[in-house]
Amino acid sequence: MAHHDENFDAATGKTTTGHSWDGIKELNTPLPRWWVLTFYACIIWAFGYWIVYPAWPLLTGHTTGVIQYSSRADVAVELANLEKIRGDKMVTLGAAPLAEIEKDPALLALARARGKAVFGDNCAPCHGSGAAGAKGYPNLNDDDWLWGGSLDQIQKTLQYGIRSGHAEAHEGQMLAFGRDGTLKKPEIVTVANFVRSLAGLPTAKGYDAAAGTKLFADNCAACHGDAGKGNPEMGAPNLTDNIWLYGSDEATIIETVTNGRNGVMPAWIGRLDPATIKALTVYVHTLGGGQ
Amino acid sequence: MNKPLTTSEMASDDLGPLYAPHKKVYPQHVSGTFRRIKWGLMAFCLGVYYLLPFVRWDRGIGAPNQAVLVDLPNSRFYFFFIELWPQEVYYFTGLLILAALTLFLMNAIGGRIWCGYLCPQTVWTDVFYAVERLVEGDRRERMKKDADTDKGGLKLQRFAEILLKHSIWLMIAWWTGGAWVLYFNDAPTLVTQLVTFQAPMIAYIWIAILTGTTYLLAGFAREQVCVYMCPWPRIQAALTDEWALNVTYKRDRGEERTSLKKAAELRAAGQPAGDCIDCYQCVAVCPTGIDIRDGSQLDCIQCGLCIDACDTVMTKVGRPTRLIGYDNDINIQRRAEGKAEIYKIVRPRTLVYAAIIAVVGGIMLYALLNRSLLDVNVLHDRNPIAVRLSDGSIRNAYTVRLLNKRGFDRVVALDIEGPTNAVVHVVGADSVTPDRPMIVVKRDSTTELRVLVTAPAASNPEKSIPLKMRVTDLGLGEVATGTDNFVSP
Repeated sequence: MAHHDENFDAATGKTTTGHSWDGIKELNTPLPRWWVLTFYACIIWAFGYWIVYPAWPLLTGHTTGVIQYSSRADVAVELANLEKIRGDKMVTLGAAPLAEIEKDPALLALARARGKAVFGDNCAPCHGSGAAGAKGYPNLNDDDWLWGGSLDQIQKTLQYGIRSGHAEAHEGQMLAFGRDGTLKKPEIVTVANFVRSLAGLPTAKGYDAAAGTKLFADNCAACHGDAGKGNPEMGAPNLTDNIWLYGSDEATIIETVTNGRNGVMPAWIGRLDPATIKALTVYVHTLGGGQ
Repeated sequence: MNKPLTTSEMASDDLGPLYAPHKKVYPQHVSGTFRRIKWGLMAFCLGVYYLLPFVRWDRGIGAPNQAVLVDLPNSRFYFFFIELWPQEVYYFTGLLILAALTLFLMNAIGGRIWCGYLCPQTVWTDVFYAVERLVEGDRRERMKKDADTDKGGLKLQRFAEILLKHSIWLMIAWWTGGAWVLYFNDAPTLVTQLVTFQAPMIAYIWIAILTGTTYLLAGFAREQVCVYMCPWPRIQAALTDEWALNVTYKRDRGEERTSLKKAAELRAAGQPAGDCIDCYQCVAVCPTGIDIRDGSQLDCIQCGLCIDACDTVMTKVGRPTRLIGYDNDINIQRRAEGKAEIYKIVRPRTLVYAAIIAVVGGIMLYALLNRSLLDVNVLHDRNPIAVRLSDGSIRNAYTVRLLNKRGFDRVVALDIEGPTNAVVHVVGADSVTPDRPMIVVKRDSTTELRVLVTAPAASNPEKSIPLKMRVTDLGLGEVATGTDNFVSP
């Protein structure tokens, strides 16, 4: 009689496993057959996996599996495919004259899209993701261009950079008038106030306008021009406008005159292909500041 | 008489098991009013489904001329005179609301009309049953053949029958999947491609999926779908009320059920006798295999075939028809009290449903007929939000998207209303008359523009002020406006 079996559980009418913990017994409920079969199938699958895919770590490497699968190779294929997809379009872009790109809606859209992506990867660290710039890094949305804002000028700046060390790079020095002893501290204060007066900013009390004018003419006009309008040939900023790369307050200008300013923009030729630089040129030009 | 429950029955769930072992249902052929309605609706539904992709609709050169088309690559949906863009998916929301409300209204009037007559599961299962009956014979024959097969193995003729049945089923299922993909591509072209194996792989995959599901659901799962897979029986049980017409066995007339002979004897003796002669015809014809005499139940799809079966029997035995018929809960009560039956289709519930349907439908129709075919979306640059130029003026940049939903290219002009004397510049504008950029927007497409608005120093706004961009179709005079703000740094 099953009912007298000590492994029989009267409440459920089922047998137990016979294991007992503090008087609690476990019902002997078999796993569903489909579950067991799935489990066995998984084990068999695992053996197959070991053979087919890279699976086992070895001392100096790993088993490569019979199909020689590599996720790195997959990525390479994906990247090659991407280039293939872009291929023709970027070739067309590379062949088009700069001035024509903005007139062709399809090319303009491509250049802006590609330019925006490349800008985010390469330019945003200094110029900001929206190209709004920061102190010492020009805002590319405005119309103040130290080295010129035409398409060709932007392209040249992108290709060779500024003080980048490239042979074709823009070169121009803002001298350290204070550090190298050309100007004394009081003279620097005077010329700084003169520069502020050029931009229509208020000057300090007791400032000697005549001395400032003479100091500027002697030391600064060679690059910045007699009227302080600047010179894109030398990257000399226009000192009469509202836009200041490093700041327009007296202390900042004094520091600029004392120590000089010589920011660096890397050359991108060789790092980015010509078609991509073209796209970037158009993108920057259409941000709003292009001339 | 209720038997006392056994111990094991008491121990089991009070509501009965969640799943009963499958018992094969052998519905018998029946003819009558509701069967005719079902044939008619089946022909209509299948006709619409299979033939609709071939209906043409002229939309002009370059546009698809298929009346109903889901154009996924170009993100367009065409339905006769309607063309929807992805921005207008809310029409589908409206359609879903309408569908739900219609279902509610149908339910309030006639119970599960949807289940019994229109549901694809019902329609295709019905077709599959018809094929089965044609090939293997009616209920008794099929039961006998199955029993014989179980006992004596597969005879050649029986094997041929089964093979034929499944072949026809698969053909119907295949054609069902085939018709499905025609809604996503030009139908005549796709048919040619399918035949010559030139169609895209995705078409074959979808045909395979729908062939498989149709074959499985209509051929094998059948009533199991209605009982175990479909949520509607559960939901409709909460929506139905005492006035809704449901397929009902009129217990008061039918009980006590007795044999025809005994009933005649009782009546001859002037004693009352039930009309139900317990012939089980209502059970035999039921596609879900239930006994309607057990009362209203979840498994009943209310197709009315038991009404036809019972009416046939009642006519034969010379008793009034509609012992089983569409009836409401109120009348069950009233007949028990000896009162006259009443039916009310117009009542607050149905009126409210109908009113909401009319309102939602009206709004959708109005919106469709008045949908703008020229649109402008304006998005302000966030980074930088405003730029100060060297002469002290302020510039804001915007991304402007123009949508031309007409079937031809058009030239639009962009005007702005914002800061005084502000100048607008569109990067890549096709032409500019003084301060008025002109842009060509290709037919049935969108164009994205970079728009720069510059306010001179003299009129720099102190704070953020509203800016309106107005595009005007120079040919048709259609105008669309978008709004945003002009911000000072």
